[in-house]
Amino acid sequence: MASTARRDAPEPPDFGILKRLARDQLIYLLEQLPGRKDLFIEPDLMSPLDRIANVSVLKQHEVDKLYRVENRPAPSTSDQLCFLVRPRVRTMRYIADIVNADKMSGRSRKYKIIFSPQKFYACEMVLEEEGVFGDVTCDEWSFYLLPLDEDIISMELPEFFRDYFLEGDHRWINSVARALQLLNSLYGPFSRVYGIGRCAKMSYELWRDLEEESENDGQGRKPEIGNIFLMDRDMDYVTALCSQVVYEGLVDDTFRIKCGSVDFGPEVTSSDKSIKVLLNAQDKIFSQIRNEHFSSVFGFLSQKSRNLQAQYDRRQGMDIKQMKNFVSQELKGLKQEHRLLSLHIGACESIMKKKTKQDFQEMIKVEHALLEGFDIRESTSFIEEHIDRQVSPIESLRLMCLLSITENGLIPKDYRSLKTQYLQSYGPEHLLTFHNLKRIGLLTEQAAGETLTAVESRVSKLVTDRAAGKITDAFNSLAKKSNFRAISKKLSLIPRVDGEYNLKMPPDMAYVFSGAYTPLSCKIVEQTERRRTARGATRSALSWRCSWGAAPSPRSPLSASWARREAAGSSS
Amino acid sequence: MSRARADEEEYWHSSKFRAFTFDDEDDELSQLKESKRAVNSLRDIVDDDDDDLEKVSWSGEPVGSISWSIKETASSSSSSLEGRDTSLQKGSSSYAALPKQVSSYSLSSLFKAFSDTGVKNYAPELRRPRAEYKDYSNDWSPRDTVRRMQRGKVCSLERFRSLQDKMVLLDEAVAGHDGNVITAVLIFLKRTLRREVLFRELEVRQVALCHLIHFLKETGEQKLLLDLLRFLDRTEEVALSQYREHLNIQDVEKKREFLKGCIGLPFSAEDISHIQDHYTLLERQIIIETNDRHLAMAGQSEIFRKYPRKASILNMPLVTTLFYSCFYHYTEAEGTFSSPTNLKKTFKIPDKQYVLTALAARAKLRAWEDVDALLTTKNWLGYTKKKAPIGFHRVVEILQRNNAPVQVLQEYVRLVEDVETRLNLATKYKCHDVVIDTYRDLKDRIQLMAYKCKVERGSAEEEKINSLLSNMQIRWKN
Repeated sequence: MASTARRDAPEPPDFGILKRLARDQLIYLLEQLPGRKDLFIEPDLMSPLDRIANVSVLKQHEVDKLYRVENRPAPSTSDQLCFLVRPRVRTMRYIADIVNADKMSGRSRKYKIIFSPQKFYACEMVLEEEGVFGDVTCDEWSFYLLPLDEDIISMELPEFFRDYFLEGDHRWINSVARALQLLNSLYGPFSRVYGIGRCAKMSYELWRDLEEESENDGQGRKPEIGNIFLMDRDMDYVTALCSQVVYEGLVDDTFRIKCGSVDFGPEVTSSDKSIKVLLNAQDKIFSQIRNEHFSSVFGFLSQKSRNLQAQYDRRQGMDIKQMKNFVSQELKGLKQEHRLLSLHIGACESIMKKKTKQDFQEMIKVEHALLEGFDIRESTSFIEEHIDRQVSPIESLRLMCLLSITENGLIPKDYRSLKTQYLQSYGPEHLLTFHNLKRIGLLTEQAAGETLTAVESRVSKLVTDRAAGKITDAFNSLAKKSNFRAISKKLSLIPRVDGEYNLKMPPDMAYVFSGAYTPLSCKIVEQTERRRTARGATRSALSWRCSWGAAPSPRSPLSASWARREAAGSSS
Repeated sequence: MSRARADEEEYWHSSKFRAFTFDDEDDELSQLKESKRAVNSLRDIVDDDDDDLEKVSWSGEPVGSISWSIKETASSSSSSLEGRDTSLQKGSSSYAALPKQVSSYSLSSLFKAFSDTGVKNYAPELRRPRAEYKDYSNDWSPRDTVRRMQRGKVCSLERFRSLQDKMVLLDEAVAGHDGNVITAVLIFLKRTLRREVLFRELEVRQVALCHLIHFLKETGEQKLLLDLLRFLDRTEEVALSQYREHLNIQDVEKKREFLKGCIGLPFSAEDISHIQDHYTLLERQIIIETNDRHLAMAGQSEIFRKYPRKASILNMPLVTTLFYSCFYHYTEAEGTFSSPTNLKKTFKIPDKQYVLTALAARAKLRAWEDVDALLTTKNWLGYTKKKAPIGFHRVVEILQRNNAPVQVLQEYVRLVEDVETRLNLATKYKCHDVVIDTYRDLKDRIQLMAYKCKVERGSAEEEKINSLLSNMQIRWKN
């Protein structure tokens, strides 16, 4: 992240433009419905909206009252209703109900639906079916990208994962392509685009289509974004499944960071109210510890508080003039620092308390064992106990999925028994959860005799039993090679460390998981950059080319060599 | 660097996997506490008219934020309009998080600016061009039709009438990668083709098929969805999809009936037993709930008076039900539906799970004799022995969480097999006897002497240590 950037790294581009664009377009859309109006907002659009506009902005454009879109009749009395929503079928029905109720009671109002980031034909179909098409006007608010920090932009589309990976619905690919187009036109032209996975490929192709059509060419501009990497989540589930151990990760685990901000409850603020805090590079304390391993954070915070104390102590023995100076120049900064420091210390305390209760240390140990592929039995019984004790249902699932991914599926016996116990502990309806996880390939069962190939059975006829046993083992490991183990070995995602992994001075990126695993995306970016800069192109750096293709930018005549995700071994 | 720092350093380096420790006595935490104290003491100096602090409403939302304002609307929707306005004005005062910089462009100049800088292509399509409305009569090729639809333009599909044309259109939509358009074409096909024909064509078009299934799920066309899945021979999905409906049934009697019907559905052999269990569990919960609600209302039963039920047991997981039954119905005979042993038998609950749950329930009631009985087994000679299928360190943990007295606790700490864990637990929970005995067994004179300063002066424990240390019979290893 940029906060601790190297000196030779360029400044991140000004992503604030994205916010201003989104706000101005929203204002424009609101003005399309002149006069006073009530605004209904979809709950999951509220946090993103909070980041780009506030109530006074909305009020300036004649928004009277704000309501949440929910399953209840709206008490609004305004003559104009505006709905700011995601393109969802159930929301359309909600709106149609309001319109139809008005019609029944002979009331006439104006209705406007603003879809973010785009509208779907299915939504219009519902409006048509409900008989309100034409009574409402529809618009799109092309709010594709929200900058969460100086160097993080998010699409804030949580349903993307479920829609694409579970249901196989390609409805958001257009949104991704449009977001790329927006980035390219503001900060491009991109020099190269790399991608891995099927969704990445489709997004890239759709984006190129869009670019070809538009007459805009950014030629002659100095690009602020050079390379683009598109990656499908299912290329690397492991990163999402491991416990986070850097400060920001633990804050997220404990308090949930939503849209770049977090709610610190009374136990953190040591008062009776909660405080909503923006976590970004502006927070001088946070920006220094966010990427640190949790173990280094205490030392940092105590050092900071000692410094702060010392600075306050200087007041003693000041004469009146110095005091005046102190109050007018330094006090404000110190107060700010003091506030942040006490919040983060409070957060650390809460994290510690929660993690102590949860056997966090044990859990990390199990995760590491799973990643390295030993003590599978012990790990399985740890998971079992975790389930039996009704500790967090999500954590239990997370560990089971990690076991499944690293072992290429659970042994049928384990799968059955863990599933049964899970249903007993957390509720029988999770039968559906298990079915979904299986479909998506996150939690699977090894098929019996899966590894027995034709070649193998022919070979085993020719040799003695013992030799055949060995061969079976070899085939087994060969079959598994297509998956996690193969990839992590090829890209050395699991660092081999002699002795201790130094968390204070980490030798590589794997420190984010206490030295147990390097996130695939980071590794790929690193390797690509290394290969590009050192044109020597050693064989080892190129060896993963089979599962990784580089596509030239749209303006280059070279054809793209895209990797199929089958090549990387996912089989969902 | 301080000693604590050096210790910390050493600690983190001492083992690869012990990246964390959360012991109360730990250096980090005390360090943290210290920092907190230091910072808190500064509160006196720092007055609290902290202008950088965001104004926050009682619910924690920054005043003026949109989520805050919506809550306000919800809570005051019945109140007068004036009240509303003032709160809005108040609300608009500050939200520190928001970008202060407001675009100084007027909207017209803004859009002019777009075209100047050559980035107009992402600017919203502000007004639909007139031409769009004339498209109905035009003959766009399937490819162009799909492209236009991808750009959000209105396009009539009515002229795709032959099956072949329809399928070319669908294949173009799939090739275009935009799920929105694929679904739009499917909506058209669904309207203009007999379902058998549509199903047959989709069977060889997996991507389009996924879209239709998802669409039917979203719009809730359950009947058509089931027909489609049956046509595809996906019987398990048929069963699951029907079973899913139980989530929407609120009334428990209806839900029970519904689940009973689910038992006959074509689930996998493994899942059918889960469905059966689900039905039996709910049936059982209904019986227990009716009974206990009655008991609690009558006020006759002491346990319900002393520990009033916080929630109904309906729709709870099996383990929770077992806990409940161990809490309120522990002593009942196996014949009654609410007795723990009956539950254990009916649902084949493993021993380990049973002990864990029963232990937690009895410890919560501080019924230490029950705990003792639960962990005691008799062998065929009549000797009794303590056994815990979950490991005694877990037993200790559960008891400790329920504030068991030291006498109870130490009995089980003593049974923890691993010496190091035993010592840790014993020290942590001040089970002096266990610590002393363990050091004696380890013949560790130095540790024993060191421990002397942790026990109270003149206590029985100190005396015990002294007598051990002066015991000439023991061969100390150090």
